Amino acid sequence: MAEKTLIEGIREALDEELARDDSVFITGEDVGPRGGVFRATLGLFAKYGPTRVIDSPLAELSIVAVGIGAAMNGLRPICEIQFADFIQPAYNQIVNEAARMYYRTGGTFTVPVVIRTPYGGGIGGGLYHSQSIEATFAHVPGLKVVIPSNPYDAKGLLKSAVRDNNPVLFLEPKKGYRLIKGDVPDGEYTVPIGVAQITRPGSDISVYAYGMMHYYCQQAAEEVAQDGIDVELIDLRTLNPLDKDTVLSSFEKTGKALIVYEDNRFLGYGAEIAALLADEGFNYMDAPIMRVAGPDVPGVPYSHPLQDWFMPNPQKIADAMRKLARY
Amino acid sequence: MGTNVIMPQLGESVVEGKISRWLKQIGEPVKLYEPLLEVETDKVTTEVTAAGEGTLLKLYANEGDVVKAGTLIAIIGAADEVDAHLIPHPDPLPKREREQEIPRGNGTSARISPVVARIAAEHSVDVTLVQGTGEGGRVTKKDILAYVGSPRPMGESHREASLGQGVRVEAEKLEAWEQPGLGELFRPTEEVFGKAASVSANPIAPVAAPTVVPGEVMPLNHMRKAIADHMVMSKRTSPHVTTVFEVDLSKVVAHRSSHKAAFERDGANLTFTPYFALATIAALKQFPLVNSSWSESGVVLHRTVNLGIAVSLGAEGLIVPVIKNADSLNLLGLARTVNDLAERARHRQLKPDEVQGGTFTITNHGTSGSLFATPIINQPQCGILGVGLIQKRVVVVTQNDVDAIAIRPMAYLGLTFDHRILDGNSADSFVAAIKQMLENWG
Repeated sequence: MAEKTLIEGIREALDEELARDDSVFITGEDVGPRGGVFRATLGLFAKYGPTRVIDSPLAELSIVAVGIGAAMNGLRPICEIQFADFIQPAYNQIVNEAARMYYRTGGTFTVPVVIRTPYGGGIGGGLYHSQSIEATFAHVPGLKVVIPSNPYDAKGLLKSAVRDNNPVLFLEPKKGYRLIKGDVPDGEYTVPIGVAQITRPGSDISVYAYGMMHYYCQQAAEEVAQDGIDVELIDLRTLNPLDKDTVLSSFEKTGKALIVYEDNRFLGYGAEIAALLADEGFNYMDAPIMRVAGPDVPGVPYSHPLQDWFMPNPQKIADAMRKLARY
Repeated sequence: MGTNVIMPQLGESVVEGKISRWLKQIGEPVKLYEPLLEVETDKVTTEVTAAGEGTLLKLYANEGDVVKAGTLIAIIGAADEVDAHLIPHPDPLPKREREQEIPRGNGTSARISPVVARIAAEHSVDVTLVQGTGEGGRVTKKDILAYVGSPRPMGESHREASLGQGVRVEAEKLEAWEQPGLGELFRPTEEVFGKAASVSANPIAPVAAPTVVPGEVMPLNHMRKAIADHMVMSKRTSPHVTTVFEVDLSKVVAHRSSHKAAFERDGANLTFTPYFALATIAALKQFPLVNSSWSESGVVLHRTVNLGIAVSLGAEGLIVPVIKNADSLNLLGLARTVNDLAERARHRQLKPDEVQGGTFTITNHGTSGSLFATPIINQPQCGILGVGLIQKRVVVVTQNDVDAIAIRPMAYLGLTFDHRILDGNSADSFVAAIKQMLENWG
């Protein structure tokens, strides 16, 4: 078992799935000889050739539409949207076609497509290269939304996504591509979609996060542990379908919840977790449900100090943890 | 029949007070209106007197407790009185039960979370009996679990959460990109700019580390803390500018010498303070912009002059009693009021309302020998006038176009003003008006 980066975990999953199943192919902007803007598909074009790793026109609508059509005809496409910020032209294909096809055709057609896309800020990307779009899509029934927070899960979840018969939106924390490292076994294993994971057991407060924010929460939890605050950290991993059991059983234990996400606070994914806890966890509630999230401004600012202001970071999260523990 | 001692409401908007000292102990005789305890609020310490006679039978609040107005804090009665009808519990009371008379924390303790309510119901526990350790004295889940004696965490029976395999997150140790020259865009900004500033939205003040220089820590009293907070807040709030004038007080000194006895007969000790006060009030009327407060929607001009006079309480701190509607008083009225407020300030007998609502402040720092100073504005006022030591100095005077050297009682007047409201010129005109009046007194 070797230590790898998150993007290496993704590349391994792609490589292994292409090798395992001939019906799997990749399409997206510059995914071919160039290996994708983040090098996720580096070397795959050389290994599998132009019919398995296909450069697409610069048109997200068409990337997803091609994927849907191929999926309905027996293939297992993996579509790459270069940045989550650019997924909106394909919104109609994803929401109205892919997510609803099985329902609309009375179960005649499934759409086993994976749409991979990097999301999130903190990389100096400014307005059009920093967005978090998970809440919009997690809202849609029929679409699975997965976000790994570490290399092991990235590989295991992506392999599960490729094999899933439903459309899966696979969001990758781009800031963590090379920042987050961890052991990744060579070869076959999968991580199931729809199962959250307690990555740090604790007794004082429950902290829910995913993707890059989970990485920050780990650091914040270490920091407040020095003040004697015992954080239980839950990596949601799949946003839809949500693992309600894990979310609620942790809350039952601690009675205090903090949800961290870098998307805009208002109607962000954490709002649904808060509603779930209020609804089904009311009898266990010992404190107001707290959130650390991005502010409600139109974009992640490009200016470095303003970006710092926007982004949740371990310090802001640790402050909220202390506040919640003290309540 | 005994008398209940109830925590009084010490002023408008003052809903609670801290018992700083009991002046009588249990078993001591208490006379009607005799001081019974001292209560500290944000600004002043007030004595509470006995509303009945007898022996102090019971105390329900300890020194240091913060108690809401209207709460029973003690009972006075006959020494041999068996106070079954007065005191709700037989004595000695178990500690927990006794505590219910005293609101804990700062008054937000009434909030009971759903989980606490449920556990309390399951164990038939009165939540008000539980000592809260949460924010504002709130009873937390841990508190009630400790109280019912079952510290087992709820939900432990739930399935053991599987711990992640292979999840290992390294410290942010960054490597060069695997493809230099490609993919240089969109790296974590820490790589480019260094670690994100650890400025957080709601910084939690860290507990100050013990100083490495050996020394003694002097505990802060309420007043010290209030002064510290206010001074820091004021400096942060308004841009302070100080302008200094020199004033010849010959006529004031002469007026005071000739009127001191008459004022004495009227029961007033005529000091210099009423002169400065009267001149300041007149100048405030002439320049209403100085008698104002900044607000984001505009400068608020105050209709009346409520004049604060800073009074030193020695090492303990200082306090600023306020002469309400000072613009309706003449020199005699001001002298009497200043005497009264200063006297009561020094004996800690001011009421909370008497130190609020000032629109302008005078500080007489000259009494401790200071020539001139740059005082800090008492927010939300626009200015503060510092009066320096009155000192006989050699000055050049011009009479009938002839310069001469004279000995005159001189003092420096320093006005610190809020530069958001006033500019140098308008502030100087205001001080010049005070100087003009003082130099031409009579």
